[in-house]
Amino acid sequence: MVNSTVFAPWEDPGQTPLIRIENVTKRFGDFTAIDDVSIDIYTREFFALLGPSGCGKTTLMRMLAGFETPSEGRITIDGKDMAGVPPNKRAVNMMFQSYALFPHLTVWDNIAFGLRRDRMDKDRVAARVEEMLKLTQLQKFAKRKPHQISGGQRQRVALARSLAKAPKLLLLDEPLGALDKKLREETQFELMEIQEKTGTTFVIVTHDQEEAMTVASRVAVMNHGKLVQVDTPERIYEAPKSVYVADFIGDVNLIEGLVASVGELAELTWAEGKAPLIGQSGASLKAGDEAVFAIRPEKIAISREEPEARNRVRGKIVDIGYLGNLSVYHVQLPDGSYMKCEVGNRSRVSRRDYTWEDEVWLSWTDTAGLVLPS
Amino acid sequence: MNRISSFNIVSLTLGFAFLYIPMIILVIYSFNESKLVTVWAGFSTKWYGELLRNESFLAAAWVTLKVAFFSSTLATILGTMAAYVMVRRGRFAGRTLFSGMIYAPLVMPEVITGLSLLLLFIAIGLDRGVLTIVLAHTTFAMCYVSVVVSSRLVSFDQSLEEAALDLGSTPFEAFRLVTIPIVAPAVLSGWLLAFTLSLDDLIIASFTSGPSATTLPMKVWSSVRLGVSPEINALSTIFIGIVTVGVLIASVVSKRAISRRQAEELAAES
Repeated sequence: MVNSTVFAPWEDPGQTPLIRIENVTKRFGDFTAIDDVSIDIYTREFFALLGPSGCGKTTLMRMLAGFETPSEGRITIDGKDMAGVPPNKRAVNMMFQSYALFPHLTVWDNIAFGLRRDRMDKDRVAARVEEMLKLTQLQKFAKRKPHQISGGQRQRVALARSLAKAPKLLLLDEPLGALDKKLREETQFELMEIQEKTGTTFVIVTHDQEEAMTVASRVAVMNHGKLVQVDTPERIYEAPKSVYVADFIGDVNLIEGLVASVGELAELTWAEGKAPLIGQSGASLKAGDEAVFAIRPEKIAISREEPEARNRVRGKIVDIGYLGNLSVYHVQLPDGSYMKCEVGNRSRVSRRDYTWEDEVWLSWTDTAGLVLPS
Repeated sequence: MNRISSFNIVSLTLGFAFLYIPMIILVIYSFNESKLVTVWAGFSTKWYGELLRNESFLAAAWVTLKVAFFSSTLATILGTMAAYVMVRRGRFAGRTLFSGMIYAPLVMPEVITGLSLLLLFIAIGLDRGVLTIVLAHTTFAMCYVSVVVSSRLVSFDQSLEEAALDLGSTPFEAFRLVTIPIVAPAVLSGWLLAFTLSLDDLIIASFTSGPSATTLPMKVWSSVRLGVSPEINALSTIFIGIVTVGVLIASVVSKRAISRRQAEELAAES
């Protein structure tokens, strides 16, 4: 089987999920933090819960850890119903956003803390702690206290401590939020490597869409306590099912209009006297519906001459952002709206093809954009 | 901003003079040869010797220390427990009422506290002595301890306790292994505060003590009413000395700990 090399247990109906979240609702007084959410998470997955702050992702994670109980619905881990099981009786460990390292204990004792609670004998504790120190490259810092090491090292101690008990499930609450950008990117790859090495199932909570896309095998996008879409990073980016997801993940140009026709491709009327825009049709659209055309800036080509593509608009460059690896052009259309277009800077010597106030054509292929229900 | 103007010098001098002149006079007269407190008759340490030979003063000092030790220990245990519940157990019915009731004795006139305790002890037929003073001091010192400890608990990252639970601790283990070691400095300073308050108290002790128990402040007060003796000056000087040394040690130790910590943090980040 060719497919056996690709990790996609969610597509295999024969697989039993490690975690089943079934119709879970959580209310705090009048406020509904989680609204009827169902997710299956499989063994060895790196699963990301993504959403803006206050969308309920942290509450959902805390329910997996046992710090909150669902108001309705059921959570099972490895076939066992978790209702009434306290945090200290779950084979689940969590890495806290603040790291929550015990300030009065050394790095070594922090990592040993969970092992000692299991009444494990001394030699095995020592062996396991050494193993964890090695995994996270912290051997040199074993005798230090948390305030005597840097932020990046603290993050690794927190990871080592939560992995020491070899949990079935590791929860990571914004694990990289406190690190600077460069260190965060390095650490993302370290996390993925450690996840693969240990074979632990990871669930990560983050509001950083880039982070979720980089590390995760699947991403669950949440908003206002509801699950909006669960999919692989590629599909979340290339085939968002709603304007919310398209807009939340990456950059996107959104054009409102009416659906003119739906076939293999959908046509969207968007302006008087202009040819309709053509794109792939999103879920359950019919002619006459109000819809939004979504097109990613990097899928748009810019040219001075009128292109042959069916999707083309004319406008004037009002702004150019030079980001090093690419340049972003802000183009104003005749109706006053703006579109963003990204062009990669592949050669080092920049030939300034286009400049401010230039009249240009923007164009894209029939399958580059999506017509989504508004 | 850092310039020392004459105005600064004057206000500093006035402030310190106001605070310390009475104490300085007391210390000076404790070394007075004469029995008359207000007449200087040359340097002597004889009153310190007299003090050590005065059985009733020593007995009172011993009672005071016992009362202070037991009442501050009890107050620390009760106050810490109260603070923990107030800060940690979130909202429960009557929480505001309870926290108000814990802090009320802070502003209650001591005379009223003392009188009500006296009435209680009479009502339940408890003989007044060391035990009743210990109970009374525990009552009023407990709220100070709970204020000190709860301010530490508020700034304490609750996820530390959650992390302990998450790693397999029972709630009691989490409290013992994580919460207590971290709030220990606050608990200790609460204990010290309670200890000092008890050492210092005259009013409540007067209400609640019986003939068998006289604390040092009571002893001082009653002997001063018969006229100030140089022995009292000597005793007070010893007290001032002990307090000064204690405060100096505490501030040096904490200052050192802070600067070492800062140096270590700086070293860790570079």
